[in-house]
Amino acid sequence: MQEVAILSPAENVKTEAIIRAERIEKYYAQPSENRIQVISATDLSIVPGEIVALLGPSGSGKSTMLRMLTGLSVPSAGQVYWHEKPIADAEINVSIVFQSFALFPWMTVLENVEAPLQARGIAPAERHERSMKMIDTVGLDGFESAYPKELSGGMRQRVGFARALVVEPEVLFMDEPFSALDVLTAENLRSELLELWEKKTMPTKSVFIVTHNIEEAVLLADRIIVLGRNPGHIRTDFRVQILQPRDRKSEPFTQLVDYIYKVLTRPDVAPVAAPDHQHPGPRPRDQRQMHYQMLPHARPGGIAGLLELLLDKGGRDDIYRLADDLAFEIDDLLPIVDAAQLLGFLKIEEGDASITEKGAEFANSEILRQKELFRDAAIEHVLLLRQIRRALESKSDHTVPEDFFLDMIDEQFSEEESRRQMETAINWGRYAELFDFDAARRRFVMPDALEETAANEEVQ
Amino acid sequence: MKLHPLARTLVTARTWPFVIDVGVAACALAVFFAVISTGTYWLGKPVPVVPISHSIGALPAYAFYSIVRIGIAYLLSLTFAITYGYTAAYNPRIEAWMIAVLDILQSIPVLSFLPPVVLAMVALIPSHQMGIEMGVVLLIFTGQVWNLAFSFYSSLKSIPREMLEASRIYRYSAWQRFWQLEMPYSAIGLVWNSIVSVAGGWFALMACEMFTMGTRNFQLPGLGSYLQTAADSGDIHALEAGFAVVILIVVATDQLAWRPLIAWSDKFKFEQVESADRLTSPILNLLQRSALFASLPGQLWSHIEEPMYRRFARTKEARVVHPLDEGTSRNTASPALWTIAILALTVVGWGALQAVLMLRTVTWPELKLLLEGAVATFLRVNAALLISALWTIPVGVAIGFNPKIARFIQPLAQILASVPATAFFPILLIGLVKIGGGLGIGSIALMLLGTQWYILFNVIAGAMSIPSDLREVSSLFRFTRWQRWTRLILPGIFPYLITGMVTASGGAWNASVFAEYSRMPGRTLQTIGLGAQIDAATDSGRFPVLLLATIFISLMVVTMNRLVWRRLYRLAETRYKLEG
Repeated sequence: MQEVAILSPAENVKTEAIIRAERIEKYYAQPSENRIQVISATDLSIVPGEIVALLGPSGSGKSTMLRMLTGLSVPSAGQVYWHEKPIADAEINVSIVFQSFALFPWMTVLENVEAPLQARGIAPAERHERSMKMIDTVGLDGFESAYPKELSGGMRQRVGFARALVVEPEVLFMDEPFSALDVLTAENLRSELLELWEKKTMPTKSVFIVTHNIEEAVLLADRIIVLGRNPGHIRTDFRVQILQPRDRKSEPFTQLVDYIYKVLTRPDVAPVAAPDHQHPGPRPRDQRQMHYQMLPHARPGGIAGLLELLLDKGGRDDIYRLADDLAFEIDDLLPIVDAAQLLGFLKIEEGDASITEKGAEFANSEILRQKELFRDAAIEHVLLLRQIRRALESKSDHTVPEDFFLDMIDEQFSEEESRRQMETAINWGRYAELFDFDAARRRFVMPDALEETAANEEVQ
Repeated sequence: MKLHPLARTLVTARTWPFVIDVGVAACALAVFFAVISTGTYWLGKPVPVVPISHSIGALPAYAFYSIVRIGIAYLLSLTFAITYGYTAAYNPRIEAWMIAVLDILQSIPVLSFLPPVVLAMVALIPSHQMGIEMGVVLLIFTGQVWNLAFSFYSSLKSIPREMLEASRIYRYSAWQRFWQLEMPYSAIGLVWNSIVSVAGGWFALMACEMFTMGTRNFQLPGLGSYLQTAADSGDIHALEAGFAVVILIVVATDQLAWRPLIAWSDKFKFEQVESADRLTSPILNLLQRSALFASLPGQLWSHIEEPMYRRFARTKEARVVHPLDEGTSRNTASPALWTIAILALTVVGWGALQAVLMLRTVTWPELKLLLEGAVATFLRVNAALLISALWTIPVGVAIGFNPKIARFIQPLAQILASVPATAFFPILLIGLVKIGGGLGIGSIALMLLGTQWYILFNVIAGAMSIPSDLREVSSLFRFTRWQRWTRLILPGIFPYLITGMVTASGGAWNASVFAEYSRMPGRTLQTIGLGAQIDAATDSGRFPVLLLATIFISLMVVTMNRLVWRRLYRLAETRYKLEG
């Protein structure tokens, strides 16, 4: 229980919150009575003087949360307040730095930075002066008449920062601002952001950053909120007590990273170290019975690769170290781990991954045997694949349209997620030779049946 | 005022701008004169049949009148397209309806609009020439507007979400969003569709300047009338001069308007890295160097714009962030909206009822003729498509595989596609009569004239897009000629071929109306077909037949689009797309 020392639950806010969300939810109504819950009722506040990081696996509704807090998206239930006024009526002053930069490619750097000021009706001379100053601050002096496409990714995101900061926002929101950049550039921008923040160069009172990069969160944030998924909910919310500047190699740092990994890899267990003070109510759960597992979006080749690596390491290793060895981000590694776990090739205990007997056999086999093992595991553990296979076997012509299964799973997932689920299922099924998929007609086909028709065509 | 980094471009541009400034000023004077003379003609007494002179000296004036018609029709189209597309994209309640209406309207041949539009305009403005002129302009408008509206609408719908969010979070007014996000994002689509639209406009104009409706004759001064009367009187000299002017206009439009516009719109390309090959336009360079042109519009514009931004910023609207998904929250419709909806429904219902009542007067023999015509035209359109495809595929592929020829032919094919085929109809008809071939076959030739270029143009582009390593693979493995075509070339050009065929099929249906029926001095040439029925019904003022024939055509076009083209399109998108 050493990690408890560096964590303490975020105290209930005594200072007045800038943005306060009260039991906000997001769901999408379905034609049938079912509704897809994306985020279950959540309380959250942003208070002055802190950098908050919102961390979570994909599908946990991080971006949706950000959009509800900024007023870009209306919560399905609950209310967001800006200085205790409903956000829809308040004159809010926030900015967003986007993952894709969202710069206007037909406008120069200067015009891009000036545009938000123009929207606020500020006179040209003042606009120009403030923009030039901000461009200077972010280190783009001399590039004001360049177009975004002439700049590198890092410089483009600097323009994004300049545009965000020029309106002097009270809260600066960032939606995975560094994930489209290479490692060095991202690191550089991160430290510059911290410098601006520490020196109070920007009048911003609070920063809210959405990320899937655990180290980034631990490096920057005063407070970390971890989201879980199905539906999105707050798993834990705590303060980071490590002093700035933080050293990635220091003991408290790695311990904290390790702790967050543990929270993220064990979605079914309530986190121990950070008690859930803010949420005295019962943990949010699904309103309906889940029929289908959420398939992690991993490729069979990736699963095999992970298992082989694990076998090399003696069959058991720390997930954090695995990610480090592979230079993987959590969003890349977690689906693979989840998939291997779902198929019974892997077990997760205390943040460690250990290979099962089947997993070891899988990793040691040659490709055809691997496919066989994968097929057995998929049929045993994955309901959707089992159903597709059974439908193909029972139909006389051995083909079933994709829509048939899409209709079944979209009772449970959003439309987009249903598609991705289907894509993963097709990917796995093709690899395991459970079925073939005719992409032109969007139909599942039994492998033998496919060969037959192909043979017929050849004859004709 | 401190030195602005942008100011430097103005200083270095001082090499020869003076001459150009004089040129620009001269242009302005010419425009002034043109407006005055057009104004006096338009506001004069209505003269339905203006006598057409065959002298070559009269040609510039005729060309000018035709250009003015096209220009006004194009501006109207652009305005309408933007309004329509904008309304459809931002009003989810009526969006599906508006798009369905667009789909049907664009399947109606231009000439079907002729009687209602011209009659309405003449009735509206009976005392000026403007009435008849506006009728013709609106007719050209119907030939230009639909694809522009589609283009603008689909551009709006495809704006990346984060860009929209940026415009919301920074509290852009609708005005700022329009000029800084929506228009720039749609610019490239609008430019390319404008090229197609204006070509369509010329196509319609050639046939619309001279027509008969019931007992009334109309003949307006313009290139279309000039060519028609020259052909009627067999004046070869005048015909040649007329063709020269038509081609000159097409080439000049390409060089003076489209190329500069394409080159200029390059900056609106939504790309992250700068692409290597860019179209250049000397005219654009000239304009950009003219000191007058570079500074004046910008300054004028900011004088108008700045107070607007200040005012918008003060409104309550601009103080809050508007959610993007507000459309999904079901707010109940206001009573005013309901009233409008019910009113519209009543008017539409009444109109539809009247039209159906009118249709009852169509006699059985007429209906039989229409059905036969439908079959005949259907076969003819598809024959024209097939023939075009048969010759353009081998030729287009041969050109596309040879980059040297392609670089030279491609712009030529683009220009040829913009030459209005209707301009050549009169002379072709004379030729056909001389050979003795009937219009049944002849009309296919006429349709070909208008449609094959689109296919050729696209096949060349398709062949050029086949990666050379795939071609190398096919020769490495010693593909037979048959394998080469079925495994490499046809799949490779498939998406382009389909695009070309869809455009060509629309054009062929439209051309059928012009191609199947022709009045020559002393006699009328016609063959069985829906197009001929439409023409004949216009001539004789038999509106129920016109309506029914139009319904048939648009039914067939819409059905073909839904059943055949859309499917092939989807197939092309999913299966035959060659990704870089």
